[in-house]
Amino acid sequence: MIIAKKDLHTEFRTKQMINSMLIFAIIVVVIFNFAFSELLQDQSNATNNADGLVNYLAPGILWIAFIFTGMLGLSRSFISEKDRNCLEGIMLCPMSRNAIYLGKVISNLVLMFIVEIVTLFVFAIFFNYNLFDKILLLLPVFILGTFGFIIVGSLLSAISMSARNREVLLPLLLFPILIPVIISAVVATGIILQDGSFSEILDNLRLLGAYDIIFFVIGLLTFEYVVED
Amino acid sequence: MNEILTINNLSKQFGKKRVLNDLKLHVPRGEFLTIFGPNGAGKTTLIKIISTLSRPSSGEITIADYDLTEEPENIRKLTGVISHNVYLYDELTAKENLKFYGQMYSYPSDKLDKRILSLLNEIGLQYRMNDRVGTFSRGMKQRLSIARAILHEPQLLLLDEPYTGLDQHAAQILNRILKHLHNGKRTIIMTTHNIELGFNLCDRVAILNHGQITYEKTRKQINVSKLKKAYMSEVEGILHD
Repeated sequence: MIIAKKDLHTEFRTKQMINSMLIFAIIVVVIFNFAFSELLQDQSNATNNADGLVNYLAPGILWIAFIFTGMLGLSRSFISEKDRNCLEGIMLCPMSRNAIYLGKVISNLVLMFIVEIVTLFVFAIFFNYNLFDKILLLLPVFILGTFGFIIVGSLLSAISMSARNREVLLPLLLFPILIPVIISAVVATGIILQDGSFSEILDNLRLLGAYDIIFFVIGLLTFEYVVED
Repeated sequence: MNEILTINNLSKQFGKKRVLNDLKLHVPRGEFLTIFGPNGAGKTTLIKIISTLSRPSSGEITIADYDLTEEPENIRKLTGVISHNVYLYDELTAKENLKFYGQMYSYPSDKLDKRILSLLNEIGLQYRMNDRVGTFSRGMKQRLSIARAILHEPQLLLLDEPYTGLDQHAAQILNRILKHLHNGKRTIIMTTHNIELGFNLCDRVAILNHGQITYEKTRKQINVSKLKKAYMSEVEGILHD
């Protein structure tokens, strides 16, 4: 918690990462809004309501915004420590290496949830679409999906921090491993927005849960070897 | 004699390159040992291994009866490291940096503020304690780094080229603190290129060459000019290789 608190404290003081993440997320939503504006207008003219179409578009748009925005934050997560040589300073402290991993996971999760909340509001405004009445069903999908993304992303961010082409390496490593998370999260979000019930998303939630547990354990078991010589 | 550090047959290999080669080193409690060595001799690797930042390829290391590979967290409680890297966050103030490290070392929270103020006073930075470290000069950062390293009152202080980038004032402060710690019976191991500064405070000198301690003398057995000669013959050996 001390590491997470320090990370969030420095981030909220400088706002280096959170500002870029928020701007990027908003830009993604705005671009999609412009791209689909004609289609949405036609649908609205035909049925007096474009919500049916947005139900299909929203999962993809939201998760693209979440994943790509999150990538920005993750790419800096360990590099900022490494570049200032502070990672060694933390590693000299009498705590398990996993405490560093957990600290990074917690701070990245907090940043991601802030970005997701803002993105949902921006999406609701630009697409004139109310997804907040389904938020209770969406919440477990967002939480499990984001957790899966962050635990794998934080580990891979640590692995790629010493590489020469680290900015390229992280997405190359991360996207293939994230495929189960992305597919499950997008499908579950789609089902909920199309008025599906909780039982219909249960299989996707189980998959997300299993993925999270497996990769969290892998992260805890391997992180020590990732950060040491 | 009561030893705080015992190293037997320590080797460290990076790929095919052997940086430390069956190194043996015994350091009694309260001793100030300075290790000299040319670039690439393995000084930084040795400090990194003793401070648990790097794993040995083979060999046995015990610090205050704790096995380095088995109980690294207990060893970290007992050691403080000062290197040319200051391990400080530019975005945090001097006080916040020390508070962060104090919490990381589980320093009692009721005494932490007092300890921080006393250290800032000792290093002459109390007037800048609420300024961000990013605005500090290299020498000021290094002074703060000294406070960071001794904040948790370590029994064994490891210094890796601590004079790098230090101005006269900062070097004097470092010397004063080292003298004070040494008088307080703390064990200090320092690696440096600077023979005068390195010899000044120590009880014993050693030269690390080709990953082994090839020369060891107590301060009483040697003087600076003899040490320089010994060092040069070691370095020349390397240059002729």
